[in-house]
Amino acid sequence: MEDMREIIEDFLIEAFELIDQIDQDLVELENNPEDLELLNSIFRVAHTIKGSSSFLNFDVLTKLTHHMEDVLNKARRDELKMTPEVMDVVLESIDYMKALLQEIRDTGSDQNSSIDIDEICRKLDAISNGKEIEEISEEKKEQEENNPQNSEEEIDYSNMSKEEIEAEIEKLLKKRKEEDKKRRELKKAQKKLEDKNKKEEKKEPPKPKKESPKPKKEIQKSSPSSLEQTIRVEVKRLDHLMNLIGELVLGKNRLLKIYDDVEERYEGEKFLEELNQVVSSISVVTTDLQIAVMKTRMLPIAKVFNKFPRLVRDLSRELNKDIELVISGEDTELDKSIIEEIGDPLVHIIRNSCDHGIESADERKMLGKPPKGRIELKAYNEGNQIVIEVRDDGKGLDPEILKQKALEKGLISEREAQNMGVKEAFNLIFKPGFSTAKQVTNVSGRGVGMDVVKTNIEKLNGIIDIDSELGKGTVIKLKIPLTLAIIQSLLVGVQEEYYAIPLASVLETVRISLEDIYMIEGRNVLRLRDEILYLARLSDIFGVEQVYDTSEHAYVVVIGLAESKLGIIVDSLIGQEEIVIKSMGDYLQGIEGIAGATIRGDGRVTLIVDIAALMELSKNIKTNIVEEAKRPKKVKNSPSDYTVLIVDDSKTDRAIMKKALSKLGINIVEATNGVEALTIVKSNKYDLDTILVDIEMPRMDGYTLASEIKKYSRYKHIPLIAVTSRTSKSDRLRGIEVGMTEYITKPYSPEYLVNTVSRNIKLTTTEMAK
Amino acid sequence: MNNNPLKQILKKQENQSQSLNKETKEEFESENIVQLVGFIVGEEEFAIPILNIQEIIKPIEYTRVPGVPEYVMGVFNLRGNVIPLIDLRRKFNLPPAEQTPETRYIVMKHEDNIVGFIIDKLTEAIRMNADKIETPPENLQKEKGMVQGIGKREDKIITILKVDALLKRDF
Repeated sequence: MEDMREIIEDFLIEAFELIDQIDQDLVELENNPEDLELLNSIFRVAHTIKGSSSFLNFDVLTKLTHHMEDVLNKARRDELKMTPEVMDVVLESIDYMKALLQEIRDTGSDQNSSIDIDEICRKLDAISNGKEIEEISEEKKEQEENNPQNSEEEIDYSNMSKEEIEAEIEKLLKKRKEEDKKRRELKKAQKKLEDKNKKEEKKEPPKPKKESPKPKKEIQKSSPSSLEQTIRVEVKRLDHLMNLIGELVLGKNRLLKIYDDVEERYEGEKFLEELNQVVSSISVVTTDLQIAVMKTRMLPIAKVFNKFPRLVRDLSRELNKDIELVISGEDTELDKSIIEEIGDPLVHIIRNSCDHGIESADERKMLGKPPKGRIELKAYNEGNQIVIEVRDDGKGLDPEILKQKALEKGLISEREAQNMGVKEAFNLIFKPGFSTAKQVTNVSGRGVGMDVVKTNIEKLNGIIDIDSELGKGTVIKLKIPLTLAIIQSLLVGVQEEYYAIPLASVLETVRISLEDIYMIEGRNVLRLRDEILYLARLSDIFGVEQVYDTSEHAYVVVIGLAESKLGIIVDSLIGQEEIVIKSMGDYLQGIEGIAGATIRGDGRVTLIVDIAALMELSKNIKTNIVEEAKRPKKVKNSPSDYTVLIVDDSKTDRAIMKKALSKLGINIVEATNGVEALTIVKSNKYDLDTILVDIEMPRMDGYTLASEIKKYSRYKHIPLIAVTSRTSKSDRLRGIEVGMTEYITKPYSPEYLVNTVSRNIKLTTTEMAK
Repeated sequence: MNNNPLKQILKKQENQSQSLNKETKEEFESENIVQLVGFIVGEEEFAIPILNIQEIIKPIEYTRVPGVPEYVMGVFNLRGNVIPLIDLRRKFNLPPAEQTPETRYIVMKHEDNIVGFIIDKLTEAIRMNADKIETPPENLQKEKGMVQGIGKREDKIITILKVDALLKRDF
């Protein structure tokens, strides 16, 4: 039983995929009715589903697909022309097929379904027998009259007594037996038919058609489903995989940490080299693995777009308009969860364009437009967003009419209408209960659709942008953030903080002197070539704590969004990095100026800036950058303005240094080991001028401490003085490597220490004399 | 004398059934047992239901987030997930304090929302009968409804916090 269920599930997944494909193929076929390859692939789909469903005893479905197959087979053999009327019936039968498959998915069987396929089967039969549609419908009526079975099926079982039900069951059983018998006969016939088909296929090659020499191979090339080498995987499994990788990353981080400790303790040992190789290869592989799994969650938007050719085709026939749908950018990748949400809003927008946007062919001719209406559906990446654009060349939106309608319906007040801009008027169509259609059609005009669009897009944190020109058409842009997507970014440093700027929004970076900045109307501007560029410091926008003074030079990152530009001043440019956008959880959703966060190689979190919000925020910043730079920096006049940090694990050594330095009258802070020293440095409690570092210390040695301190932008240039009894050349070299500026060997004279320190902190002797 | 073994057996059975009763009684009671984790913020001991705790970790580095209230320290990386970090001292309007070796982050979850909280010290896991927990007095309820109840123990009382209120964004 379990096996069976699995088979049925596989069948359903396959069938739904095939149907998606067939829908597209059929619409395409309508445009190229002569395309034999298309027909063949469509026929194969019907055939495959028929085969599997008969194997699985889905009789209704088998019957339906069998009839479809008949029609398609005729078309394939050129005995039937695919007119739009025939196509309607075929497409309708596919809808029935979908309904049946859904029924099977929900209930596990197609037997007790309320879906009646008799009518459509008759239509299909009629087509394959070469009758016209009108005849079919007449025939259908007749048949309905003298077909009591139909009415029988609608018996209300709930009102029956027990006996009646039993009788009914018996009756049905009998019927079922008969059906079974019929089916068996049918199967035999089918088999014969199939054999015949096979023979015919074999016969095909000698035909003098162009494609015929190697028909099999060409078919394989043309159908994408056979080209893609894929395995279906449950999303749950991917999520699980992702969690496992999270744990792996944690393990990797710990491994790196342990390696660092081991390296310190067993310096120079041979096995370290090997360990290093293993650790680094594991860390590289882990990172790659993480990215690879993330990418597996991405799907091309074609999954959604594929539905629309059929939708537009059906609508244009229903509305009696001539509409062409042009799709581009279907390869654009989006996270699976977004793909699932985006379908419904797009259906509504496209319906709206077909119904309200595009005029009828006659109207269009009168307006001098080409009779065929055109709807473009486009997807592309823009910065950290995916943009999906629906553009029609219909009649466009009239802001005045929109306002009037909204007024009539009481959605806005008179006053609001008067103050309303054009864009705001366009946005009225998203109000619930709003509809401009003069009459409610089957397609739209109930005033629900666009409201749905708005709610769904908001759910995805997206933006809707409407632009319309009366008589020319309307463009609706959905901008959807790529949560979970991987983007390229420029990492910048501001004081001690780092931010990632989406590289797609970065136009250029320039290094300027602060003198080049001047003020216009209270805003900082820079003349960049022939342009005037507004400037803002990222530290002002994000309120970054000023821990050190900026230099006279600054880096400007020029960012662009739509038609506007902005120069962002940062302290340093770190580099370009591929980052994975992560949300900051429900709690910190939608913080102004922040698009999300990412986790860097060292495990730290770096925030990603939101370009659009940054542009808005920068408008409110009035700091005069030049003035501020000129503002006198904290000048150190007396020795008591200076602070020195002594790091040594020996109390005696600290006391000696302290005694020597006390003559200078400077402040002295002490730490007993590297970890403690680093905490003092990090705390920003003291404005340190130099640090005296012992090399051999427990927990963290002097070399490690020095390299850690240098990671802080504020102390990048602080003089580090090593005070040690290690005198070998290699020790000195290592000291220079990690950024030690001076090297004092123990024992030393107090004068030498005082001189070295005062030279390094630029404390002049005159000051000392005071 | 010969009925002695019989008596013994009877007694044994009686004992058994009694202890059985006791067990079932305990089992019955355990339905009302609430499991909590106690911790200290400032001077006071608080507790939250154990089921709301995803994990407890030692302090790790976090990244400041601009434009948020002072008590939101920033975000940190919890095995690849970005989690907000809230300082409970500041949230409760207590003066900020230096981190000590006993400082911990408690990562709490409520539905899909996950937030880390800085606390001064963990105390213990507490099993408490539900009827020992009283609804908070009026004046405490006003504090944005963060208090779920007051747990009475032999020697002290514990403030039980409402996790969904703690995890609710109020800015």
